[in-house]
Amino acid sequence: MPNKSLFSAAADAVPDPARDDASPRAASVTAALTRSSTGKADLRELESGLDSLQSGAASKARIDWSRILLPVAALAVLLIVWQLYVSLGFKRRDLVPGPLDVLGQLGTLWGEGKLQEAVWTSLQRGLVGFLISVAIATPVGLLLAQVAPLRRAFGPLISGLQVLPSVAWVPAAIIWFGLTDATVYFVVFMGAIPSIINGLISGVDQIPPQYRSVGTVLGASRLQLALQIILPAALPGYLSGLKQGWAFSWRSLMAAEIIAVGGTIGFGLGSLLDQGRVLSDMTVVMAAILLILAVGILIELLVFAPIEKRLLRRRGLLAGSTR
Amino acid sequence: MPVVLENLGKRFGDGAPVLDDVNATIGQGEFVALLGASGCGKSTLLNIMAGLEAPTSGALEVPSDGAAFMFQDAALFPWLTARENIELALKLRGVGKADRRVKSDELLELVHLDGAGDKRPHELSGGMRQRVALARSLAQDRQLLLMDEPFAALDAITRDLLHDELERIWKETGRTIVFVTHNVREAVRLGQRVLLLSSRPGRVVQEWHVSEEHRTDAGLAGQLTGVITARLREEIRRHAK
Repeated sequence: MPNKSLFSAAADAVPDPARDDASPRAASVTAALTRSSTGKADLRELESGLDSLQSGAASKARIDWSRILLPVAALAVLLIVWQLYVSLGFKRRDLVPGPLDVLGQLGTLWGEGKLQEAVWTSLQRGLVGFLISVAIATPVGLLLAQVAPLRRAFGPLISGLQVLPSVAWVPAAIIWFGLTDATVYFVVFMGAIPSIINGLISGVDQIPPQYRSVGTVLGASRLQLALQIILPAALPGYLSGLKQGWAFSWRSLMAAEIIAVGGTIGFGLGSLLDQGRVLSDMTVVMAAILLILAVGILIELLVFAPIEKRLLRRRGLLAGSTR
Repeated sequence: MPVVLENLGKRFGDGAPVLDDVNATIGQGEFVALLGASGCGKSTLLNIMAGLEAPTSGALEVPSDGAAFMFQDAALFPWLTARENIELALKLRGVGKADRRVKSDELLELVHLDGAGDKRPHELSGGMRQRVALARSLAQDRQLLLMDEPFAALDAITRDLLHDELERIWKETGRTIVFVTHNVREAVRLGQRVLLLSSRPGRVVQEWHVSEEHRTDAGLAGQLTGVITARLREEIRRHAK
């Protein structure tokens, strides 16, 4: 049908419902059996009234201070308990340093430039390794989720790889690649790729089957279905896969850096931690642990949390959650 | 004749046939209500017409460009706004970007949702969502529109209004509509012709013509509703043990 006829032909040809009667409400209303509105304008008015009755008012976003104050308070309580425990003097101070000692050590490391170097080296490797993992895992995951024989063949292996700690690959990587960055990246890939693939697959599995039917009815090709319907529909699951993938790459990276030290491998947070162990300096060890934790928390707060929140809010999935 | 069904049959696996020897013809621009109790294979028949399933026997003739389809729940994509949902249908049909915007405006206006285009599905009421779904199925620009109990999940007030709305849009666009329902009043309210399907196996057992008088005379419409309901109950009683 030519598109023009969508509106034009109809206007004059329509018999009853399109006529705007002068006295619309005079006619008796016999809804359900016959026409219940008396004309186009009447119908429009009724619908608009019903629409405004049925859709809720939009709530305004404002800054919720408890989101900021509560975590800060919790952190403060933990620090006070830690300091209290140390001041009671159950253990030797060099074995269990207090928060102030660790803070002092962090200052020293900053002054030497070691802190910045370690954080930057690790963060850079973690991010590059993670981004390459995403680039590899996304097409593979989509392919596995969409092609049943492939899924059946490789699914168990991929799930299995997720259970295998990626540290287990460190010895093999050292033998293959020596003490180079390649070793570190290899271990990161083996940690992150399976978990991103699994996240994407479970995201695809949770898509309501009707979305596919709608896609087919709308005339989507296989590729269009995968890219324009399956992938966006699976986004919440995919995002949790990405979060887990990041956690796995960060953890694997630290493990690799602790075990593989020297060669052309740069100085990362794991190396700093290992150095603390070698020097038996507990403040360095604690400082390194806190830095590793802090980077993890910052990435979650600054990168994943905002993306996830936006994603869920746009889909109306945030109401009633405790986030 | 856009749709011709000849001795159409469908069975799943080795089970009893769901549809058996279904015969019907549906004319250009006609509004046909397909009525039946639960389990009569109404939805299966619709899926076959939409090309989502294949019949096991018989022949069917449908427009070569396929059919537009509207589901019981709106099945809008939650990551897209109302307008983007409509535009996706246009995009998959190969409409250019500039045209998509114009067309989606027209369609939103047609279903009286101009102004709600940038809302997301979860911000819309059930009736509004179904209107977006209707606009999306019209965006497919197919002559044949198949509707699978599209108003079944709505409240009565909204449903009555959407009946008027659908009738208006049908008249304005000249589509051929096959409307599946298990609600006799809805079938009489909307269809020019009501086809009654028997249950297990599904087969067209009787049909009624609904005239323009039935649209305005509640007494007449009520009478026909009574007749069809009686025949439907007779069909249901056959299955009593």
